[in-house]
Amino acid sequence: MNWIITENNKKIDALSIPTITIEELREDLKALKLRPIGFFGKQEFENVRLYVVLADDKKGKIHISSVLFKPDVKSYNSLTKDFPQLHNFEREFYEDFKIEPKNHPWLKPLRNNQKDYPFFVMQGEDIHEVAVGPIHAGIIEPGHFRFMCQGEKIYNLEIMLGYQHRNVEKLMLNPNNRLAESICGDSVVGYNMAFSEGMEALSDTVISKRACLIRRIALEMERIAIHIGDMGAISGDMAYLMGANVFATTRTLVINTMLEISGSRFARGLIDVGGVNFDIDNEMASKIKTMLNEVLEIVHRCAKIMLKKPSCISRMEQTGTVSKETALSLGAVGMAARSCAIGLDSRFDFKDKYYTKYSTAKKLEETGDVFARFKLRYKEIIQSIQFINYFLDELKNNKEEIKTTPNDLSANSFVVSITEGWRGEIVHCIITGVNSEIIRYKIKDPSFNNWYMLSMAVRNNGISDFPLCNKSFNLSYCGCDL
Amino acid sequence: MTTLINILILLFVPFLAMGVIKKTKAFWAGRKGAPLLQPLYDFLRLMKKETVYSTTTSWVFKLAPVINFAAIIFASLFVPLIKGYAILNIPFAFIVFSYILGLGKFFSLIAALDTGSSFEGMGASREACFSTIVEPAFFIVMASVVALTKITSFENLKYILYNSGIYGILIVVLAVLALFIMLLVEGCRVPVDDPNTHLELTMIHEVMILDNSGFDLGLIVWGSTIKMFLLEALIASLIIPSNIPFIAYITAFLAIIFLISVIIGTIESSIARFRMTHVFEFIFIMSIMALLILTLTTYRIYGI
Repeated sequence: MNWIITENNKKIDALSIPTITIEELREDLKALKLRPIGFFGKQEFENVRLYVVLADDKKGKIHISSVLFKPDVKSYNSLTKDFPQLHNFEREFYEDFKIEPKNHPWLKPLRNNQKDYPFFVMQGEDIHEVAVGPIHAGIIEPGHFRFMCQGEKIYNLEIMLGYQHRNVEKLMLNPNNRLAESICGDSVVGYNMAFSEGMEALSDTVISKRACLIRRIALEMERIAIHIGDMGAISGDMAYLMGANVFATTRTLVINTMLEISGSRFARGLIDVGGVNFDIDNEMASKIKTMLNEVLEIVHRCAKIMLKKPSCISRMEQTGTVSKETALSLGAVGMAARSCAIGLDSRFDFKDKYYTKYSTAKKLEETGDVFARFKLRYKEIIQSIQFINYFLDELKNNKEEIKTTPNDLSANSFVVSITEGWRGEIVHCIITGVNSEIIRYKIKDPSFNNWYMLSMAVRNNGISDFPLCNKSFNLSYCGCDL
Repeated sequence: MTTLINILILLFVPFLAMGVIKKTKAFWAGRKGAPLLQPLYDFLRLMKKETVYSTTTSWVFKLAPVINFAAIIFASLFVPLIKGYAILNIPFAFIVFSYILGLGKFFSLIAALDTGSSFEGMGASREACFSTIVEPAFFIVMASVVALTKITSFENLKYILYNSGIYGILIVVLAVLALFIMLLVEGCRVPVDDPNTHLELTMIHEVMILDNSGFDLGLIVWGSTIKMFLLEALIASLIIPSNIPFIAYITAFLAIIFLISVIIGTIESSIARFRMTHVFEFIFIMSIMALLILTLTTYRIYGI
């Protein structure tokens, strides 16, 4: 057996993970045809162990194996040429452990050493170079964009990140640092849930159904709030004031309700290991339902007007198109992948029973352009509101405690925790050592896979369409920089 | 007396017209909005501020805002305001008007290039490109009017609507539409440009003045407000009959100016901006209007 097969949030014995060679790994990747969701190293005395985590989305299983690099091995033949999805993972591995993937086509710094970043340069009389960032107009995160353009047309966009590298994975080694919700400020619930569920799996803590439901209500409310905010931002970027104003005020309704539940508009402090810190009583439940009805009505009205308005459609349609093939080869995940007709949604793929009980229909769009991502957000908002209504009904007849005291962490264990945040799958891999201490904490944000989609999306588009494309993905800088 | 009133109008009405646009947008957004004279307060605030120059710029950058502003003020002398009288009334004023404005624009373009920023170069190239399409259309419209009225100064505008029968009405309708498109282009309004955006890559006019600050920026802002007003005034002159009483004329004139501002504000609140490639198609509508006016003028003068 080259691979050990497990499930989402299921603890396995870290020592039982098989060790294979890099060539066996190459063969297996070819044969299994699964999607990599983890590819990270861990120092093991003087050796480096490379863990490879693959997701079998059809069956909802996770395959794990590892490769051991002896201290004298300083390179291996890159896997990226055969599996382009791995290109960022290999760059990350090289940056962390200095084991070089030979013949990697794009071995550039990912988070560190940005000073001498070797930009791709095009030459020719009409080519001009536009550098944007890291300081941007408006309040957004830092990131550097380098365009190679001919006139108004973009030939290549190179994205340089790493400005917000905070060494999060090191900080996460101490579980008393309640930092999970601060890793990526717009996915507070998603990150906190991935962290908490991972820790609970490692400590065999069973939390109440009530806590699970409240977590999922918060997760869907986060999805609704951010999607509405993004629809407003997309409207703003194409100078459609009505959409920008209406969606901005509607988003406030959602996050203010979150404030009433948890004392924080972004639900900070709501979720904790062992359950949740704040309850939703029947009065609050009916308040949430009324609010969601209002939100649904406003979103319906505004989105319907926009989906019919020629000036909006002409601006969004065929802008920033990514083909399904490109998205597949880049290993796109989450909402961005679903806009290219790739059915990836870990809520349903990994059979979260709270969701699959009611529906297993993933929302998809076919065209892969800004318009598809706009429509997908609209569809997902409606779906999330339905889910919350189901969860609230279920909550009514449930009188369980919302929090239990977590047990101690098990020793020598490995767990993969996947949560579908609004952007896509958030993957946390946690490994514990002999003394039950966390010895490796690996985080993968959906943006880690998807930043290259943005580069591909703007190719051959006008440079003036870049802000719109960027906003339609709304990827995370800090989630990628860690 | 008329000259004095003209000068007063030139000083204050442009800011008011801008304020009306902002108020209209606030109304459609369900907000209260800033005071009507906010653009004037903003301008006064800028005038008090220190000007900062980038170390990469040369004398061109320092000179350009002044030349641009002077050109606009000079051009404004030829435009008929109250009772259709311009402060300076010379033959073929539309040619002087156009090229004086062209000179100002040329300087703002090279000042943008002078900063060496890749954004500003891009903005300059867009602005130059749009102006190139607008200019011939404007000339065809004005030359047709001259041919029709046999009067070469801007005073001819007021004679078309009431002295050329059905042709006059058609020509005025087309000319108003053509000038309105020109107004959207030159004034950098939606759907051509987005005056509110913070996204450098999509801007046209705003990106060219990113490096300007303080007094210089104040001059540029004032200049572009007046420029918009001048085009609005040209539209007003086309419509209002000149033989009505003085008070009635002023009322009608201001009403038209503010009506145009309200229309601009409403357009900005109700449609999205065009994609950059579609802006050209939009500006070509102006050229089509101009050619239609030329055709109608030819019919009117030579018959079939």
